[in-house]
Amino acid sequence: MFDLATIWAGIIAFAVLTYVILDGFDLGVGILFPFARDESERDVMMNSVAPVWDGNETWLVMGGGGLFAVFPLAYAVVMPALYMPIILMLLALVFRGVAFEYRWRTTRWRGVWDAAFIGGSTVAAFTQGIALGALVQGIEVADRAYAGGWWDWLTPFSLLTGVALVVGYALLGATWLIMKTEGGLQAVMRRRAGPLALGTLGLIGIVSLLTPFQDPVYFERWFSFPAAFYSALVPVMLFVAAMYLFRGLATDSDHAPFLASLALFVISFVGIGISFYPMMVPPALTIQQAAAPDSSLAFALVGTVILVPMILGYTAYAYWVFRGKVDPDAGYH
Amino acid sequence: MFDALTAETLARMQFAFTVSFHIIFPAFSIGLASYLAVLNAQWLRTRDRTYLQLFDYWKKIFAVAFGMGVVSGIVMSYQFGTNWSVFSDRAGPVIGPLMAYEVLSAFFLEAGFLGIMLFGRDKVGEKLHMFATAMVAFGTLLSATWILSVNSWMQTPAGYSINEAGQFVPENWWEIVFNPSFPYRLLHMVLAAYLTTALVVAGAAGWQMLRGRATTASRTMFSMAMWMIVVVAPLQIVAGDMHGLNTLEHQPAKVMAMEGHYESHPEGAPLILFGIPDPENKEIDYALEIPKLSSFILKHHWDAPMAGLDTIPDDEEPPVGIVFWSFRVMVALGFAMLGLGAWSLWRRWRGGLYDSPWLQRAAVAMGPAGFISVLAGWVTTEVGRQPFTVYGLMRTSDSLAPVEAPAVATSLLVFIVVYFFIFGAGTFYILRLMAKAPGDKGPDATAEGPLRSSGITPAAQVDPNAVPGE
Ligand code: HDD
Ligand code: HEM
Ligand code: HEM
Repeated sequence: MFDLATIWAGIIAFAVLTYVILDGFDLGVGILFPFARDESERDVMMNSVAPVWDGNETWLVMGGGGLFAVFPLAYAVVMPALYMPIILMLLALVFRGVAFEYRWRTTRWRGVWDAAFIGGSTVAAFTQGIALGALVQGIEVADRAYAGGWWDWLTPFSLLTGVALVVGYALLGATWLIMKTEGGLQAVMRRRAGPLALGTLGLIGIVSLLTPFQDPVYFERWFSFPAAFYSALVPVMLFVAAMYLFRGLATDSDHAPFLASLALFVISFVGIGISFYPMMVPPALTIQQAAAPDSSLAFALVGTVILVPMILGYTAYAYWVFRGKVDPDAGYH
Repeated sequence: MFDALTAETLARMQFAFTVSFHIIFPAFSIGLASYLAVLNAQWLRTRDRTYLQLFDYWKKIFAVAFGMGVVSGIVMSYQFGTNWSVFSDRAGPVIGPLMAYEVLSAFFLEAGFLGIMLFGRDKVGEKLHMFATAMVAFGTLLSATWILSVNSWMQTPAGYSINEAGQFVPENWWEIVFNPSFPYRLLHMVLAAYLTTALVVAGAAGWQMLRGRATTASRTMFSMAMWMIVVVAPLQIVAGDMHGLNTLEHQPAKVMAMEGHYESHPEGAPLILFGIPDPENKEIDYALEIPKLSSFILKHHWDAPMAGLDTIPDDEEPPVGIVFWSFRVMVALGFAMLGLGAWSLWRRWRGGLYDSPWLQRAAVAMGPAGFISVLAGWVTTEVGRQPFTVYGLMRTSDSLAPVEAPAVATSLLVFIVVYFFIFGAGTFYILRLMAKAPGDKGPDATAEGPLRSSGITPAAQVDPNAVPGE
């Protein structure tokens, strides 16, 4: 069962998860930008992610590029199917990405780039959620190509997953800021984190309840033995993480809320994994069918095994260098 | 507006538009990253503050350009799937892993050390900061290596077989990565990036001198850039010539289009300097030509026979007009750069490098020349490869995704509007940063320190880089 294709599916899943939690909190900071009370709070919010956002976003390139490299057929099917949400996401990322630099280069247009940062972050989160929902619903494939129409991705379910991701990212952002800031801004974020946590949990609940109805296969996967054992574990773990989160918020802990929110994301992601496996693109393409020839998988794996630990190493180092509270007076700008 | 256009044409327009925007930024940031590493090393070695000033100055510009390069690049990596999904499915097994290596070895490296390079000098100390700066520069070069290997494989495919699903299957990775045109293309592109950056630096310095705003640092960067041009411009011409010979071997039709050779010349082909290609009648009108010189350049023999496009089936002929012109633009600018370098040598020898307003004006005028040549070069390469995406094996018309024309038309329009807005603003900010000389303590010099001393006094809220009245 651990053939090259399965190993690769695991690596891609890891890249996507890493992307979701890393870029999740920095997109979240953008979503929460309107709640800052003045310019200096916005400066601090942005500086809390400025040194790391580029690295975070590179995991998205890794997810897409990795898919292209080892599951070219899946890439070739999914991208046209999600044409509109993907293009929208890319444009949104353009807006928010440039805002990091442009905002400091002008006074008169600062409002414009603040808006670009907020709008870009929110739309990127929303379209990523939509893409996820559309994938869960399934993509029509015929003859090695996408066979549906160009609006198929738009359904109430995908809109719901879109909203869920926006709220979830905002929670990650809020708890990240609790960890990285002090004083008034931290208090504001603490107040926002509670409702965001409730919202996230509620939406996770609704989406989980609706998922089995998107395709009866999911229902079977969740409730047949031995998967049922793991599927029972998922809600339990979610519950524990949620308790830890609320306690962290109540006891004024700096780190616990962020760690607990990360846990919520990881556990939900595992849940999605249970629904998908062994499919790459439900309902038509399995991991094996979508995979590139073994020679491609092996070649790419060699480098991955060597390079990913190094990447994780220096990424951790970069986070370590910029650890602690953001100094409101610092910045290279 | 796009009614008459097919999804294929639209997708090609969209790809050409977004990739042309993208390449502008790498062309600048590859060179600038290396320049920053040199500046920082010079600062550590000599402890001359001029170099530190220059480093801090170009660092800000680098950050803006790099940001634009990243966001436009992310668009590229997803566009293979959205617009060229059939191509992705079939060529993915070969070029996908190369692009994965680009992400793993280059993009992460750049991104991981960028934060330390920009923000971290005080936090990690000079040595580690130097290391981070060097890693960013190294990352940009690695990135160019991989992506050019990809592109070169599409031009001169090697080391593959084709399976029953029609996919290209890798057989020999060494042959794939080091495919026949790769070394030439890599060398030519990296030199192009260095030239482009040197021209921008010289242009900025020239501008500051002309405006009477120059500082010691402005003069230092003028001199450094001019040395760079003196060395690299001739190398680039030699590399371009070698590249052309390689292309003649592997993609003769492209060279025929570049040279404007509609007809075969059994006893020595002329070099057409200028003329107007007429695709209807398959001839070059008003041609100004030097007899037999083309044979001499390409075959090193005055009477060597040269085949023309009449030997190529019509449906495998690239669009001659575009290729013919873009090639001439690139070569003409290449020689102009050589001239600029020679002029600076002359002024240096006469002891007045900084006192010639005409040299400064020429430097300003040539500031954007690198970008124009890079674009012209890529257009030559890519249009000259048509009608194939994988040369000789897979046609562009067979590469397209099953997307509908209105969807592509809409996204193309949006890309055009957004890119001009976003990148227009970015270019404006970069130009404004460059108009101010490095180390120049202007009226708002007080704010040069840590910028975001926000909220204490209203004065600290003033952006030091904002020109008064903006
Ligand atoms: C990884 C591969 C790759 C790389 C590095 C590039 N291209 Fe390319 N290019 C393609 C892969 C490609 C392609 C997918 O193969 C296209 C799409 C449609 C086509 O005909 O080829 C193409 C088409 C294409 C066209 C349209 C040609 C036509 O339709 O007549 C232009 C003008 C460019 N490219 C320009 C560029 C520039 C300025 C690049 C510099 C970054 C560049 N290309 C790099
Ligand atoms: C069509 C082909 C191309 C694709 C798909 C592509 C993809 C990308 C992507 C995804 C990024 C952002 C990486 C990050 O997150 O840091 C990027 C940036 C970059 N690309 Fe490209 N690229 C293409 C063409 C090129 C070419 C031809 C070169 C060089 C010769 C190049 C050199 C770079 C460099 C140096 C960067 C770093 C960022 C910057 O310079 O601003 N790319 N590219
Ligand atoms: C004057 C001498 C030059 C000659 C003879 C020359 C020759 C060539 C040739 C033959 C090609 C097409 C290669 C192919 O795909 O078959 C090319 C491409 C290119 N040229 Fe030049 N070139 C010259 C100057 C320049 C300059 C000054 C720049 C930029 C500063 C430049 C940038 C490029 C780029 C970016 C490409 C596309 C990438 C590639 O295929 O390498 N060239 N050049």
